[in-house]
Amino acid sequence: MNFFLEGIYQTVGEHLPMWLMMLIAAVTGIAVVLGMVSLIAMFSVWLERKVSGHIQCRYGPMYVGWHGWLQSIADGVKLLLKEDMIPRDADRVLFMLAPGLVLAAILGAFAAYPLTPGIWFGDIDLGVFMIIAFSSMTTIGVVMAGWASNSKWTIYGSMREAAQVVAYEIPLGVSLLVPVMVAGTFNLREASALQADWFGMKWFLFTNPFMLPAFVLFFVAALAETKRAPFDLPEAESELVAGFMTEYSGIRWSFFFMEEYAAMFLMSALGAVFFLGGFESPLTHFAGELFGKELVVLGASGAKELNFAAIPYHLVAAVTLIAKCFFGVFLMMWLRWTLPRVRIDQVMTMGYKYLTPLSLLCVLGAALWEAGKHALFAS
Amino acid sequence: MELTDRVFYAVVATLAPVAIGAGAFAAGGAGAAFGLFAWLVLGGSLVCLWERSVVRSAFALLGTFGGTAGLFLLLGSDFLAMSQILIYVGGILALILFGVMLTPPDLTERKLPRVASGLVAVGAGVAFIAAKVAMTADWVQAAELAEPKSATREIGVGFVAAEEYVIAFELAAVVLTVALVAAVYVARRRVVDLAPAPSGEQV
Repeated sequence: MNFFLEGIYQTVGEHLPMWLMMLIAAVTGIAVVLGMVSLIAMFSVWLERKVSGHIQCRYGPMYVGWHGWLQSIADGVKLLLKEDMIPRDADRVLFMLAPGLVLAAILGAFAAYPLTPGIWFGDIDLGVFMIIAFSSMTTIGVVMAGWASNSKWTIYGSMREAAQVVAYEIPLGVSLLVPVMVAGTFNLREASALQADWFGMKWFLFTNPFMLPAFVLFFVAALAETKRAPFDLPEAESELVAGFMTEYSGIRWSFFFMEEYAAMFLMSALGAVFFLGGFESPLTHFAGELFGKELVVLGASGAKELNFAAIPYHLVAAVTLIAKCFFGVFLMMWLRWTLPRVRIDQVMTMGYKYLTPLSLLCVLGAALWEAGKHALFAS
Repeated sequence: MELTDRVFYAVVATLAPVAIGAGAFAAGGAGAAFGLFAWLVLGGSLVCLWERSVVRSAFALLGTFGGTAGLFLLLGSDFLAMSQILIYVGGILALILFGVMLTPPDLTERKLPRVASGLVAVGAGVAFIAAKVAMTADWVQAAELAEPKSATREIGVGFVAAEEYVIAFELAAVVLTVALVAAVYVARRRVVDLAPAPSGEQV
């Protein structure tokens, strides 16, 4: 993205006013993020149906395309053409605003996702913080949907969502502090680059004994944050019909699902970058050795030039991160179709009594370990 | 929707292009962004005051908090902007909504005269402060301002470096933890409260 925009700027930038350049940057960025989120959601829906099918000894979608891979497109067409229903007693404005708000928040969070080590939407120093901040904004959208629908099921669902997210945001943030402390940066791209040693296997997970518990805590909190089973109480289809989205149908309903899968992908990306090496793997390492890593080199004339030889390295790095993210998404699906749902009091007990103190202990232990390492090996 | 509501929302909606256009005219792209965020802050707080249903008022605060975060971003303090979103939108607004939804329904409708008197009182206060600021502030042209840049690193170093704010930061954290534990202690139900009342002495 940054290269694309820089290219535009260098060719026509002098002839365009600044505000038009800003507008072009914003529109292309939003278009790419929107396309990415839609693709992730479509693939994840198909994957979820296949995973759930195979876990329950059936095939899942089989007819639309090879092993049903076009099923999501068919579903999308159906959802787009469906009648747009708004309950008569609903709060119309808020009812229509809620799915947009939920989707906008998660699209904003995607701005911090690095595509490859050299290509990004925004190289944001506050990456982690921004992703957590924006994904907490989706809660407001869910509460808005629940209240605007004017139905008891939706209200129950959205109240549960609010309580659950407020409870689990603390362990989520605190357990992420452990790798952030070791890395010394909030920036996803920089944190990934720090794990490049040992042939691309110096993952933060292996550098500190408190990382593994922190990763487990982070994963559990991320499950609750993205309302996935066993913490899918806001939906709870066996008790609340469909929870906060009971009254929604058609494309508005699918916005909630896009948000859910995009949030799963982003949480997995945080886990992949801060615990599982991000872009780094032996494959990325050798690709970097073979093709070179710098996308921009100084040409013979001293001007900046694109280094096309490094493109395979960036492709390998991007695919590595996406594969790690989808591994996380697959783990979440696996858990969803394996574990029963917990009760709301169990959710609260787990969040406040166990996850929060344990994550604080992890931070303390990791800090002491790092300080000791620093004191022993600094000189 | 009543006529007064229609007029009010029409006025608030027309203020948006006015604010963005005025900002763009005064300071280009950044000015337009400032106009948008300022409109979000003011429009959100106006709707919050105007709306008769308390839940809708609470949702209007979303615009105010988000706009404030945008203003912080324009000033180059991205850490503050993200904290604003995380703490106010993700935390405090969720808690406000939680509290509002738990109140009895007859409390959620406010009468128009009360709303109007609130609007007048707050408007007078805002006008006074705005006039005061406009008279006394040292105005700087947009072109003279330094380019805003991320201050995350300085903030992080400022927190962690031993001679800076680390002690104050840790002390504040301890005080907060004590307050939280105390709140839980005050609010918890004791075993004595749950036990059935004794019904006469058993021998």
